[in-house]
Amino acid sequence: MAETPLLELRGITKRFGNLVANDHIDLDVAHGEVHALLGENGAGKSTLMNVLYGLYTPDAGDILFEGKPLHLRSPRDAIQVGIGMVHQHFMLIPVMTVTENIVLAEEPRKGVLMDYGKARETVRDISERYGLAVRPDDKIEDIGVAQQQRVEILKALYRKARILILDEPTAVLTPQEAGELFAVVKSLREQGTSIIFISHKLGEVLEIADRITVLRRGKAVGTEPAEGATEQGLAEQMVGRSVLLRVEKKPATPTDPLLTVRDLHVNDTRGLEAVRGLSMEVRSGEIVGIAGVDGNGQTELVEALTGLVSPTSGVIEIGGKDVAGGGAEASFEAGMGHIPEDRQRFGLVLDFTLSENLALREFHSPPESTIGFLWPRRMARRARTLLEEFDVRGGEPQTPARSLSGGNQQKVVIAREVSGDRRVLVASQPTRGLDVGAIEFVHRRLVEERDKGRAILLVSFELEEILSLSDRILVMYEGRIAAEHPPTVSEAQLGIDMTGGRRAATA
Amino acid sequence: MNREWFKSKAAAVGLPVATTILAFLVGGLVVAVTGHNPIAAYRAIFDGTGLSYVFPWTASADKAFAALNLQQTLILTIPLVLAALAVAFPYRCGMFNIGGQGQYVVGIVGAIIVGTHFASMSKPLHVTLALLAAALFGAFWGAIAGAMKAAVGAHEVISTIMLNWIAIYGAQWLFELNGPLQGPQRDVPQSAEVFPSARLWSVWGTLQPVHAGIYLAIGALIVYYILINRTTFGYGVRAVGYNADAARYAGIPVARNYVAALSIGGAFAGLAGACDVLGWEYHIVTNDIAASQVGFIGIAVALLGRNSAVGIALAALLFGGLEVGTSTRALDPTIFPPQLAGNLAIIIQGLIVLFIGAQLLLVYVWRLRRQKREPQITAPSEKVSPI
Repeated sequence: MAETPLLELRGITKRFGNLVANDHIDLDVAHGEVHALLGENGAGKSTLMNVLYGLYTPDAGDILFEGKPLHLRSPRDAIQVGIGMVHQHFMLIPVMTVTENIVLAEEPRKGVLMDYGKARETVRDISERYGLAVRPDDKIEDIGVAQQQRVEILKALYRKARILILDEPTAVLTPQEAGELFAVVKSLREQGTSIIFISHKLGEVLEIADRITVLRRGKAVGTEPAEGATEQGLAEQMVGRSVLLRVEKKPATPTDPLLTVRDLHVNDTRGLEAVRGLSMEVRSGEIVGIAGVDGNGQTELVEALTGLVSPTSGVIEIGGKDVAGGGAEASFEAGMGHIPEDRQRFGLVLDFTLSENLALREFHSPPESTIGFLWPRRMARRARTLLEEFDVRGGEPQTPARSLSGGNQQKVVIAREVSGDRRVLVASQPTRGLDVGAIEFVHRRLVEERDKGRAILLVSFELEEILSLSDRILVMYEGRIAAEHPPTVSEAQLGIDMTGGRRAATA
Repeated sequence: MNREWFKSKAAAVGLPVATTILAFLVGGLVVAVTGHNPIAAYRAIFDGTGLSYVFPWTASADKAFAALNLQQTLILTIPLVLAALAVAFPYRCGMFNIGGQGQYVVGIVGAIIVGTHFASMSKPLHVTLALLAAALFGAFWGAIAGAMKAAVGAHEVISTIMLNWIAIYGAQWLFELNGPLQGPQRDVPQSAEVFPSARLWSVWGTLQPVHAGIYLAIGALIVYYILINRTTFGYGVRAVGYNADAARYAGIPVARNYVAALSIGGAFAGLAGACDVLGWEYHIVTNDIAASQVGFIGIAVALLGRNSAVGIALAALLFGGLEVGTSTRALDPTIFPPQLAGNLAIIIQGLIVLFIGAQLLLVYVWRLRRQKREPQITAPSEKVSPI
């Protein structure tokens, strides 16, 4: 390459105790390039970006910016030279306006006061230049997630960022919104801004990136142009072995309804109605997927089904038995397993051993216990069988759940929730935060359980997951089922239904 | 067992031991500052505890004297074990019971009421009833805090502290001059004497013998261990303590466990009170009610013993021995003046609590840092309502 790259990382190494999070990583980013950083959870992507953003000091290695070495002691230094970062969780102040958030700490001044008029003008200028439409006077709390993301990007551009790090930017967006984001990224590239695009979604990386660097276990396994790369090849690089990207499954043969919901109403924690008269059915031997944008009542629906909250009205029948308002035990006794959305909050007691965690549902009945006394040996024996069957790695029955990786923790939850006579399984975001290998396992297992004749309700914000696993797709919008589709439906159509059909005209 | 397990065990034993040694070292500095020899002083304090009785090389003449001191040490250790269990049990359910003192006091009231009535009752029955009354009174006092937490989320630290003062002032009123439970001497503010039939059996010694409460304390430690580790009830208590959300998800009644755990803690504290008044005091003096510290020292014992049965037994022995070893009766005044030594005991106790607090803080900060490094989705394990 004749031209000096804008940014060069040479041999970056970062250790945490015994763990080598980054192991001699080399990476270079050219002017106006979209460089994707691809890797599983824990591969070291975030660590590397935190090094680049001045949050961590590397143990070894150099950062070169336009060929000159760079010593970053804090994010302030990084911003100074023109490195901007949009975190996965936005760092905005909800009660302030878009303009105020963008100029925060670098306000144009008039005497001692902030020159709001000038600030707004600047914001408008930048947003027009890059095609990032925002309304400068809206308050952050009143605008949607996609808009907030734009504000974050504008914040970086306002600080004259020449390299923009986007950390999993599409995780919170609908397909349409992701499309709009890609347009913005392209326009930024055209105007000379370099972008580091962190993701674990292969499809979007191939679509947006110029070059792709894959990280695996702290090492950079390779950099290649996006042109000519394939999803299969990238996935194998990420995991280090060949993986099955599509879920293999036979057509469903659904029989009797095992889960019937009629006119369900549930309030959220603030007392507002989140599920508003929802009715549906899940039959034996089918996977029903619930698609929808976060916050349309999915969490409350799942909590009501599994007995964590009492619905205000309505019927929930599991195998013909009404369990509405009966608590978690009633749902479980009627035959419902629950893979909860937040496995560390609900699914596991992290300080319990695996043996104890696997007994969480059945500790009060034989063989785990008799007349109130536990049988630790029997618990451990059962745990050993389950850990083997579900391929949980890195754990003995006496290992605390806390020390397992996320994927293995999820396997423990699944092992517990599908073992025994569970006829209905509610899986909420079952692969959230898992890596490709673990996702493959979870998907395969859900299909296996379906084929055993269980009724499975899958709630997920990942459309790909819904599309590849479900036999029937229900779209949830504002607390109701807004549409029902076969799995052959297009992402675009789902996206329209997920936003209440408002975009039908523009799509 | 794997390395992780070994490491956690080493930390569980090593940290409290290191804490104690450090506290004694700092205490030694204090002794040196007062112009005395710290090694000689500690030697004298150790002799004062009577623990040398167990060494086979102790001469028989010294042994008789050591026995007297050891009996004192054990008498003070008994209530500390029970008071520490009053902290440990609710702790396993995720609660910090500061109310041991109040529960101890109401336990004394229960034991006194039964012990100063029913003169003609047979000893086994009378003792049992008096102990039962103390346990029930203590359990009830704990249950109030538990019910308040379960019903409206009132934080147990606040409510148990307030209940302490209600118990202390209430008991003072009961036994003061012209109080409803004042003893027969109308000009002395103290309770009546416990009838001999309600007094605990002597186990060892003659002058002020160790009483049968020692069996009660050992039994309580065993019950605690089994209840927590080997029963479904204990499993539920621990699940709630570690992660109340997951417990709710598993169908474990969270609110009921809060009430039960604080009741059981209260019962242990109540029994501590019973052991003191039925075992060697035989009455309660009004002025002693506010001066007593047993419930509070129990918190330090539970902290140092890491809420484990064995740890509590050893920590209680340490604190009990420290109290006796520095007392006017046991300490040789030519080596270290007991009035200074009494304060030294308090200094060492305070240092131990301080160091344990510092450790907890360090662990907390360390966890926070680790969480920052590898962001996890974790929620607060319990919701604390604003007071």
